[in-house]
Amino acid sequence: MARYGLRTLAVVYLLFLLVLPVILIIWRTFAGGLAPFAEALTSPSALHAFQVTVVVAGWAVVANTVFGIGVSLLLTRHSFPGKRLLNAFIDLPMAVSPVVVGLALILVYGRFAPVGGLLESWGFQVIFSTPGMVIATVFVSMPLVVRALVPVLEELGDEQEQAAHTLGASRLQSFLRITLPGIRWALGYGVVLCLARSLGEYGAVAVVSGRLVDQTQTLTLFVEERFQNFDQPAAFAAATALALVAVLTLLLTKLLRPKD
Amino acid sequence: MAIEVRDVTKSFGTTPVLRDVSVDVESGSLTALLGPSGGGKSTLLRVIAGLERPDIGTVHISGVDATRLSPQRRDVGFVFQHYAAFKHLTVFRNVAFGLEIRKRPKDEIRERVMELLELVHLEKLADRYPSQLSGGQRQRMALARALAVEPKVLLLDEPFGALDAQVRKELRTWLRRLHDEVHVTTVFVTHDQEEAIEVADTIVVLADGEVKQVGSPAEVYDHPVDPFVMRFLGPVTEIGGDLVRPHDIEISASPLDGGTPATIARVVRLGFEVRVEVEVDGQDGREAWVQVTRELADRLGLAPGDTVTLRPTPGARRLALSAV
Ligand SMILES: Nc1ncnc2c1ncn2[C@@H]1O[C@H](COP(=O)(O)OP(=O)(O)OP(=O)(O)O)[C@@H](O)[C@H]1O
Ligand SMILES: [Mg+2]
Repeated sequence: MARYGLRTLAVVYLLFLLVLPVILIIWRTFAGGLAPFAEALTSPSALHAFQVTVVVAGWAVVANTVFGIGVSLLLTRHSFPGKRLLNAFIDLPMAVSPVVVGLALILVYGRFAPVGGLLESWGFQVIFSTPGMVIATVFVSMPLVVRALVPVLEELGDEQEQAAHTLGASRLQSFLRITLPGIRWALGYGVVLCLARSLGEYGAVAVVSGRLVDQTQTLTLFVEERFQNFDQPAAFAAATALALVAVLTLLLTKLLRPKD
Repeated sequence: MAIEVRDVTKSFGTTPVLRDVSVDVESGSLTALLGPSGGGKSTLLRVIAGLERPDIGTVHISGVDATRLSPQRRDVGFVFQHYAAFKHLTVFRNVAFGLEIRKRPKDEIRERVMELLELVHLEKLADRYPSQLSGGQRQRMALARALAVEPKVLLLDEPFGALDAQVRKELRTWLRRLHDEVHVTTVFVTHDQEEAIEVADTIVVLADGEVKQVGSPAEVYDHPVDPFVMRFLGPVTEIGGDLVRPHDIEISASPLDGGTPATIARVVRLGFEVRVEVEVDGQDGREAWVQVTRELADRLGLAPGDTVTLRPTPGARRLALSAV
């Protein structure tokens, strides 16, 4: 009896929090058929928002992949003072609200901040522009690749790498030929998670982008802005597009997740 | 000398693991590093391979000072205790790895790899992955992989440690024969004295980070420098304050000159050998045992409760315990 109660509760919970909203969004999006959906998504603003999103998420994923591999190798293959601190620091972005991240970035890179002022004098604008949005996105999605790689690197151990060294391989060769194939699935998993997080980021990007329509507007910002301006078809269409991408990445992670 | 290790000291944190270790390995020899667990054998082998840096001391390989060289440039073959097989590569690609790194032509690689796989009897399994091999096969693959680059020295860390007794025995004989065929200077780590005696031409006894003794198997077995080495290399027992090998003791029903009286506690028949356990007078209950042939035991009619006299045979190696 108690079991059925629990099941019902879980189903109702999921229904109202997840299933109903998603179904409603999709229903509203396609209520008028495919044509309005396509039209809403191909407006110049929507296309621009797409483009900004892809650029920002793309750079963020590249940065976090390189950084993630570097840091996980540092954490698993080297010992140095402050290692535990670094390890704890990696998770900080998970704990801090993205809005706080955005504000902190403005404090450092804003036009009237020391670092930001210096960069600006060299003609390099960070805040209210793509670099700032990339930095904000990098920050919020930082731990994902590292956390996917560390356990796998630990399990892999360093004996295979040492064996490669004794056989004449340089560090780079042993990384490319031995380590990378050993972590490829975990890396793929981390990268996909990182991509999903980057595409969906709202808070930090909202703060540092200045929400300039047709300039620094990402897809998530586009959804919000269209909704505020009573352009519901465009808002819902973009939201559905984001949701579809999310479902796709989710499927990808399921595929990439280690089978055992 | 193929390998000269001079005054090497190595600590992990504050724990000294190697203390002033010097070892010479002759070209073409098969040397065993023998010692108890935690004695520093693996560490010494890793120092020779360049996988660990000594704090003090030098390592010369084929006359070249290799102390500061990376493992990549030392030309050593290293076989890890747990094989360290490249899991994502086939047996063929595993063995070919070092040659591919050296950018040898494809035909040459194929020829050399197949030659080595034949040597280690894996030619039929070239396309398998390591996970599809048995432990012994993985071990032989690791050996072939290390041999492929024609190393100046071959270093094996407990090559048969993770295998069952039967396979160990087979691989031992096989390693000995392989060495006679290939003739590469080989150092292998073991904590099994029987393995060291059977396979090696030189044994280096390493314990507590120090070299206790170096010599041929017969030398270290018959002339151990101290009770520790004597105990480690084979069975020992104590009579009359001396450490003696149990097969170097005469047993007699009648008194002997310089003999020690004892009472038989048990007679255990182990096939051809008979193990006679005795209580020696004046040894406060510490038991001793004597190994005799079955024929001798039958001739003397040894039985529990009998009083006998024990005496080390004239040529026996004895170590006075009180001196230590
Ligand atoms: N990387 C390391 N960090 C700290 N201590 C280590 C490290 N490697 C080895 N040790 C210590 O050094 C000592 C000697 O280790 P080593 O592996 O050389 O022993 P061994 O003779 O090979 O033993 P075994 O027969 O058990 O393999 C041990 O006390 C071990 O705990
Ligand atoms: Mg060891």
